[in-house]
Amino acid sequence: MWETGQMPRTWVVIPMYNEGRVIEDVVAEVRRTFPYVVCVDDGSSDESAEAAGAAGAVVVRHPINMGQGAALQTGFDYALSDPAMTEVVTFDADGQHQVADAVGMVQKLRDEDLDVVIGSRFLDERTEVARLRKVILKTAAVYTRWTSGMALTDAHNGLRAIDRGLLQRLRLRQNRMAHASELVDQIGAARVKWAEYPTHIIYSEYSKAKGQSLLNSVNILFELIFR
Amino acid sequence: MTTVPILVFQIAAVVAVILIAFFILRGGGARHQAIQRILLVLFVVGAAVSVFFPQLLTWLARLVGIGRGTDLLLYVLVIAFLGFAASTYRRSRQLEGQITELSRQIALLGAKKPPSDDRGV
Repeated sequence: MWETGQMPRTWVVIPMYNEGRVIEDVVAEVRRTFPYVVCVDDGSSDESAEAAGAAGAVVVRHPINMGQGAALQTGFDYALSDPAMTEVVTFDADGQHQVADAVGMVQKLRDEDLDVVIGSRFLDERTEVARLRKVILKTAAVYTRWTSGMALTDAHNGLRAIDRGLLQRLRLRQNRMAHASELVDQIGAARVKWAEYPTHIIYSEYSKAKGQSLLNSVNILFELIFR
Repeated sequence: MTTVPILVFQIAAVVAVILIAFFILRGGGARHQAIQRILLVLFVVGAAVSVFFPQLLTWLARLVGIGRGTDLLLYVLVIAFLGFAASTYRRSRQLEGQITELSRQIALLGAKKPPSDDRGV
């Protein structure tokens, strides 16, 4: 929580890698509600960084490509360097998340004095998920429940709101996609107040093309076992 | 019958691989490196001796229930290779972590400082 009399300040952390086609619109849309946006450019070879900057985001540029987990942690470090930051929202660069959901999550975080609010696409029927993807995501959720003790319905949702106090205790070491499970493990180990929030994910042709191949779940599992 | 002792050795070999991968290599640091080097020296000495006294290897193979010395050599080689692969993997993860931290600091140094007012970025 923030100190009395101080304005709450949400930083939206957007990890991005070669999202030049869409990032400007995504950042502009986010900034209509959240003025503080940091885009972590994970060594893109296109004009992502310039586009994000043009839309008014702070851009932190990794000199080399290291993965989404590494980019998120860099964004967290940046947000923590702002003493006025009260919470962060993690947001995907490909435009599949809804700003309205992020607003609702931050509201819930503050109203119920929670430490973290995690998005779930399985709490209502809005999100249409392909059957195989659903099976894998559900399996991942069961695995996460088993390792972290948190009964999540959706373990790999990129939309989260995290309070400053908890953020200080998180440290992502999984550079690539296994970071989502790692994050939940660390939240579970921290024994904090958490809640899920129904989010609507729109799978556009663009986000589908950019999104993870289902085969990548094999890599995630491998990285989690042999960390 | 010779097939049963071979199975016993195979199980023992698999267990050894798993043990190497999970315990010794997870220990880390100087101790892990020392164990690795001792194993390497033993392997080199064993290989050199077997050149001059091949029957020694066959004798050892019979002792653990494998027919030929060359088979024993192959099994040991496979175990050694898997151990090497695991330790290389671990080392590269370590290096990756260090490079990540270095790159992160470079990235943060080059970024604009967070604004102190309330007007947004």
